[in-house]
Amino acid sequence: MLLATSAAVLGLGLAAPAMAGGTLRIAMTASDVPTTTGMPNNGYEGMRFLGYPIFEGLVLWDLSSADTLADIRPGLAESWSQDPNDPTKWVFKLRHGVTFHDGSPFNADAAIWNLERYYNSDAPQFEPQGSAIVRARNPNVAGYRKIDDYTLEISTDRPLSYFPYLLVYMLYSSPTQFEKVGSDWAAFAKAPSGTGPFKITDFKPRISVSLAKNATYWDKDRVPKLDGMELYPMPEATTRLAALRSGQVDWIEVPPPDAIPSLKGAGYEIVTNSYPHNWPWVFNLAKEDSPFRDVKVRQAANYCIDRDGMVELLNGTAEPSYGFFKKGSGKFGSPANAYTFDPDKAKALLAEAGYGPDKPVKAKVMISTSGSGQMLPLPMNEFLQQTLAQCNIAIDFEVVEWGTMLVAFRNDPTGPQSLGVDAMNISLVSSDISQMARWFWSANMAPNGSNWGHFQNAEYDKLLGEIQVASGDADVSAKVKRLNEIVVDEAPWLWIVHDLNARAMSDKVTGFVSAQSWFQDFTPVDLK
Amino acid sequence: MEIFILRRVLYAVPILLGVSIVIFGLVQLSPGDVADLLIPPEAPKEVADLLRQKFGLDRPVYEQYLIWLGNLLQGDLGVSIFTNQPVIDDLSSAIGNTLKLAVPAAVLGFALGIALGALAAVGRGGWLDKLLSGLAITGVSLPHYWVGIVLVAIFSVTYNILPAQGMGPQGFPSTWEQIQHLILPVITLSLIPMGVVSRLVRASVLEILSQEFVTTLHAKGLLHRRILLHIMKNAAPSVLAVMGLQFGYLLGGSILVETVFNWPGSGNLMNLAIFRRDVPVLSATILVLAGLFVVINILVDVLQALIDPRMRR
Repeated sequence: MLLATSAAVLGLGLAAPAMAGGTLRIAMTASDVPTTTGMPNNGYEGMRFLGYPIFEGLVLWDLSSADTLADIRPGLAESWSQDPNDPTKWVFKLRHGVTFHDGSPFNADAAIWNLERYYNSDAPQFEPQGSAIVRARNPNVAGYRKIDDYTLEISTDRPLSYFPYLLVYMLYSSPTQFEKVGSDWAAFAKAPSGTGPFKITDFKPRISVSLAKNATYWDKDRVPKLDGMELYPMPEATTRLAALRSGQVDWIEVPPPDAIPSLKGAGYEIVTNSYPHNWPWVFNLAKEDSPFRDVKVRQAANYCIDRDGMVELLNGTAEPSYGFFKKGSGKFGSPANAYTFDPDKAKALLAEAGYGPDKPVKAKVMISTSGSGQMLPLPMNEFLQQTLAQCNIAIDFEVVEWGTMLVAFRNDPTGPQSLGVDAMNISLVSSDISQMARWFWSANMAPNGSNWGHFQNAEYDKLLGEIQVASGDADVSAKVKRLNEIVVDEAPWLWIVHDLNARAMSDKVTGFVSAQSWFQDFTPVDLK
Repeated sequence: MEIFILRRVLYAVPILLGVSIVIFGLVQLSPGDVADLLIPPEAPKEVADLLRQKFGLDRPVYEQYLIWLGNLLQGDLGVSIFTNQPVIDDLSSAIGNTLKLAVPAAVLGFALGIALGALAAVGRGGWLDKLLSGLAITGVSLPHYWVGIVLVAIFSVTYNILPAQGMGPQGFPSTWEQIQHLILPVITLSLIPMGVVSRLVRASVLEILSQEFVTTLHAKGLLHRRILLHIMKNAAPSVLAVMGLQFGYLLGGSILVETVFNWPGSGNLMNLAIFRRDVPVLSATILVLAGLFVVINILVDVLQALIDPRMRR
């Protein structure tokens, strides 16, 4: 309400000229400056701003195109290969001539030092916070060793053909700089050193962080055009909007949907791009009396939501979701169910499952008041509640704080932490096969993994197992399509919308390529 | 007087101890913990458990509390679990930032409150009283975050003459740029103390006006201005008590105003610590603020006792 009212109030204002020069000023949605040691907190927004611009991994995202889904590319490793005799072993050829911002070289010793920082809790450079984040995203690293100064071997606890996709979430910091500041991560955070195209020049907790161009960046094609960037944490959408409209910043993340028409009218650019980033309900299939244990009920719910209406509610900052990947993409396949807003079909399916006007489906859904990637959970869920009621699906909400939801998500769905809910509305990344394994593989059922809903499908598990040991891309591609078909038809999630990741910027900002990814590249950005 | 002050200071010890226990108890009662917020949602449970172990969060609450209290007595406020930075650094900068708002807001609010309250009382029942009372009630009643947003909409977005957010360059506010950043949040924050003090001053002055000694002063032929001074002196103890409380509230930082203006003060820090379950930051912040609150109230007690010796009893 506060957000909507204030967005409307501020929307009445007039545009003011920005005064940037060569420094791009960005308002993030984070409530604090993400940590600056090289493995940022604040979720993937932390990675977007205080991760990739400053620190890099062996493997990086290719964020150069707006036309195709972002894929991985060589980063600090020039190339990699899976050992044909032992598919749990991966050999990485490290890039020559890369230096950290402090001038020290990146080589196998520096890489091993960072792996120890994350995976060896007895190492002097062990960093608990960074380690927790890396190990969460890369739980399968079993060992590592230096082969020579520029060759590294990392082994996994089981064959994982998509292991390079997990390595984009492991960034490397300078061991030399760590020692120089007294072998203390708190001191390193104030004077960090990575290998990326920008370097941190000033860090004021809760206020701002300043980045400067790394003119000696190893990739000459990606030396930043900007002189620098100023990043401000601004969690309140209205404040971000006012900061943009008063010219205090040039770019804001996630403008309030209500303000988008007025921003456009005042000459600001609203940048979005289409890519798979689901905002779903995850159905609880483990709870004995959950109506969603019946696939017909899950499919009926999917036929009874007005996705286009939801997009309208969000002023076009989302697009309908019909499956894990986007419809029309090469990975979507041809599922039997093409979900549309079809209440009659939904009612027919519910009748087959034994539900109707006299016996409505009753379910409780856990929703959060806010949270990373949660978009606007309250109005969006109320919209769904109203739509589903048309098909005799009566939804109650268990409204919780974001931290409570995360606790529930990590525990058994029948445990007390889940508060007896039949589904949970939690935004989950849906970009690649590694995520499909996280959310749907039966071996990953919570609390042992992130398959909170306890979805289990024999064909899915078999195909995933084959993908994990596969070596040919063509074979993997066909199997990935089939995996998507299975999750669309079996509907372990209510497929609602994909977040378009909206951002608003002044007309001074040029050269930005909105990649089909949650992450973005700031090196081509310039200011008029 | 010395015994009076010593007694007040000694009272503060059990108060602060009680506050520290309540803080720990409440943090433990709230669902979730820092380990869950520190790591991504997809993190396996064992990673969260490892982190809890590393930070001693798996120990019994009383043990965590005693360790924290022991460190506190040695002047160590601990390290933020979330940022790994010393709590003392974050806290001192946050309280410093809040002081930059609280002091001018208190000065403005109290000065206006006293002036408007006294004027309203003197002109009791007339148009001036009604106007000033209306202003005071408006100041108290309007949600100040809303006032902040409206001020931003007018002065920052529409006319672009004042900054919409942030506090500008760090340091003591001495340059015009720094002062510009203060204007809107200070006005917003001063409204409540202005309203509260104004209403209280009006009521106190009216009560004193009806007392016999005022009639005596009039009968003795004292100037109106001198009589008003006597009245204000008599009204001072009760007004001071409320001013002390109001200044304490301002020091605690307004979470809403600091959010609207993106001001990195103590309210902002506490808000972050609550949502992150960052126990060291939260505990230290509340305890230090409670300590400041207690100190302010001791100062008010002393001032009241100086003005009115009967209060030393």
